[in-house]
Amino acid sequence: MKVILLVDFGSTYTKITALDPELNGIIGTAQSYTTVETDIAEGLQAAVSLLEADSGKVEVVQLKACSSAAGGLRMLVSGLVEKLTAEAARQAALGAGAKVLKVYSRQLTEADASEIAAIQPDIFLLTGGTDGGDELNILANAKMLSKLDLKCPILVAGNRSVAPECQKILANNGKEAIVCPNVMPKLGTLNIQPVQEEIRSLFLKRIIEAKGLSHIENLLTGIMMPTPVAVLKGLKLLSQGHGKEAGIGDLMAVDLGGATCDVYSIAKGDPLSINTILKGLPEPFAKRTVEGDIGMRINAHGIAAKDGLERLVEMCGIPSDQLNVMIDQLSENISQLPESEEQKRLDQALASLALETATIRHAGSVEETYTPAGLMYIQEGKDLREVDQMIFIGGTLVRGEGLEAAAEYCKYSSRYPASLRPKQFRTCSDKKYILSAMGLIAEDHPLEALRIMKKEIVYEQ
Amino acid sequence: MTNKKKKLVLGVIGADVHAVGNRILDFAFSQAGFEVDNLGVMVSQEEFIDAAIETNADAIIVSSLYGHGELDCRGFRDKCIESGLGNILLYIGGNIVVGKQKFEDVERRFKDMGFDRVFPPGTDPNVGIQWLQADLKVKNDSSTSSC
Ligand code: B12
Repeated sequence: MKVILLVDFGSTYTKITALDPELNGIIGTAQSYTTVETDIAEGLQAAVSLLEADSGKVEVVQLKACSSAAGGLRMLVSGLVEKLTAEAARQAALGAGAKVLKVYSRQLTEADASEIAAIQPDIFLLTGGTDGGDELNILANAKMLSKLDLKCPILVAGNRSVAPECQKILANNGKEAIVCPNVMPKLGTLNIQPVQEEIRSLFLKRIIEAKGLSHIENLLTGIMMPTPVAVLKGLKLLSQGHGKEAGIGDLMAVDLGGATCDVYSIAKGDPLSINTILKGLPEPFAKRTVEGDIGMRINAHGIAAKDGLERLVEMCGIPSDQLNVMIDQLSENISQLPESEEQKRLDQALASLALETATIRHAGSVEETYTPAGLMYIQEGKDLREVDQMIFIGGTLVRGEGLEAAAEYCKYSSRYPASLRPKQFRTCSDKKYILSAMGLIAEDHPLEALRIMKKEIVYEQ
Repeated sequence: MTNKKKKLVLGVIGADVHAVGNRILDFAFSQAGFEVDNLGVMVSQEEFIDAAIETNADAIIVSSLYGHGELDCRGFRDKCIESGLGNILLYIGGNIVVGKQKFEDVERRFKDMGFDRVFPPGTDPNVGIQWLQADLKVKNDSSTSSC
C-alpha cells in the first residue's frame, strides 16, 4: 500500500502517521523509541514495523518529518529590558519551537559569559534597543559574545542602527552572525516573524546535520521544522479553518511529557471589559510556552517543588517521605508506567499539578487596583477565560476519567483568581498524536489536514 | 547623525485614566518634531523607565490629572538613577495635586523630588515644547556623546 509518511522524532518517542496518498484519511499511527545514540532511522524503522503489523506492508511515496530529538532546538536569548526586548526575544524563540534555556537582560556579565560558553546553545539570539533606540547595550553584549568560544550562529535582531556593527564585531572574531529585522522595532511592537524564519532555516540548514541524527540523507532532508512549530501550525489551522471549511475557533492545547510541558493558545485574549487596561508587550495570537522544569518523569521533582509536595500529599493521601521516594524512582525511570493503585494516584496528581502550573504560566493575569473612580483592572498577557476548547496532545499518562479530572486543573479557579485561564471548556484529545503530522502538511494541503484533524481530534471522542 | 529627532516617553502616571490631554500632548510634541513613544494612561514608574531605557529617550514627560501626582511620583528620580537613566530630563504637568494650592509650593516639592520642570494646571503644550527645545539643546551641547 502506498502511503505518505509523517514522522515526529520526539525526545523519547518517534511517532508516525501514515496517510493514503490522496489524503483522505489516516491509514495508521504507531510509535517507537527515538534512537539518537545510533541512528534515528532505526527507531523509525521499528515504528514502521509496528504500523505494518496492523495495516499491512506499506510503500512510502513521500516522507515529511519534524524533530525535537537530541535536545530539540536549544536557544539562549538576550535583550535590554527584561519586560521589553528580552521578552520579545523569548517569545520569538518559543514560537520558533525552541527550548529557551535562559533569558538574559541588560549587560552580560563575565559570569553570564562563562555560563553561555558552558551551555553551547544551538542558536544565540542577540537583541536590545528599539530601532534608533539604545545602542550601547547590544554593542557591549556583542563584544562580550565575540570573546567567547561559542560555536553556534548568532542572530542579531536588535536596534537596526547598530546591528551591522554588532555583526562585524562578531564576524571579526570568527563568529557566524546574521542580521535580522529588530524583534521590537518600536516600543511595544513585536516583529518576531522574520527572526523566526531565520531560526527555522538555520535549524534546517545546520542544526539537524550538526546533531548527527542520521546517515540517511533522505531522512534528513525530510525534516521540515522543529516539532513545536508543526504543532503550532496544526493548531492554527484547526482554529482558523481554511477557505470555506470553518475552523473550530479559539482554543488551547497542552502537551505534558516526561521532561517538559508545552502549552499553546490560539486566541487574541484581549481584555473583556472596558475597565480593564492592557499592559506589557502584546502577545502572539498563536502563542506557545514551554515549561522546562516540570514533567511527569525526569522533571517530576519540578512539580513537587515549592508547595507542590504538600499538595501532592493532600491529593493522593500518601505521606511525604514515601512520596519523595516514589518521585525519585519516577525521575530515574523515565519509561515507568504506573502499576500499583498508589502509583496511579500519584501520576494523576502529578499531571493535575503540572497542568495547573503550566497553564498559569501561559495565561495572562489581572490585578485589581482601586482608583479614585472605583475599581479598575490591569491585565498583563492574554485573557483566556472565554476560550472553550482544550486539546490534550498525546497524553499516554492520563486517560478517560483521569483526563477529565486533570483537565479541571487547567481551568480558572478561585485558588488563583488573578490567572486568566478558561472558565469552561470541552476537552478534546489528540490520542493518536497526529497534530504535528497535520502541521507538516498544513501548508501544502490545508483542507485535507483540517478535515482529518476535525474528525480525529474534535469529533471522534 | 547630529540631526536625529529627540525622543520622548510620554504617559499619564499612576491609576489616572484621563486620556484626552495625553492624546493632545502626543499630537503636539510629534508635530513639533519630537519622536514620541506614548504609553497612554495608567502608567507605572517602572514602565516609564523601561521604555526610556529601551528607546534611549532624551526626556520623560509625565502627566497627572486626578490629584494624586505627588504620591505617584515619589522616588521616580531615584529609580531613574538606579536603572542607569541618571539625569534624564523629567517633566510633569496637569492637575498634579489636589485642589487649589500655591503653585510655587507645589513646584518646589516636585523639584525636590527631582523633576526638572513642573507645569501648573492648564499649561499649553507649546510652553512645554519651548522648554524642551531649550533644555535638550543645552544638554546636547554639554554632554559629549561618543558618536
Ligand atoms: C473628562 C474628565 C474625567 C473623565 C475622564 C475620561 C477619560 N478617559 O479621559 C472621568 C469621568 C473618567 C473622570 C474621572 C475622574 N476625575 Co476627572 N475630569 C474630567 C474633566 C472634566 C476633563 C478632563 C479633560 O479631558 N480635559 C481636557 C484636556 C485637554 O486637558 P488636560 O487633561 O488638563 O490636559 C492638558 C493640560 O493639563 C496640559 N498638560 C497635561 N499634562 C501635561 C504635562 C506637561 C509636561 C505639560 C507641559 C502640559 C500638560 O496639556 C494637556 C493638553 O492640553 C476634568 C475637569 C477639567 N475641565 O479639566 C476633570 C478632573 C481632571 N477630574 C477630576 C477628578 C477628581 C476625577 C476623579 C478622581 C473623580 C471624579 N470627580 O470623577 C476621577 C478619577 C478617575 C481616574 N482614575 O483617573 C478633577 C481633578 C482634581 C484635582 N486634580 O485636584 C478635575 C480637575 C475636575 C475637578 N475640577 O474636580 N474625569
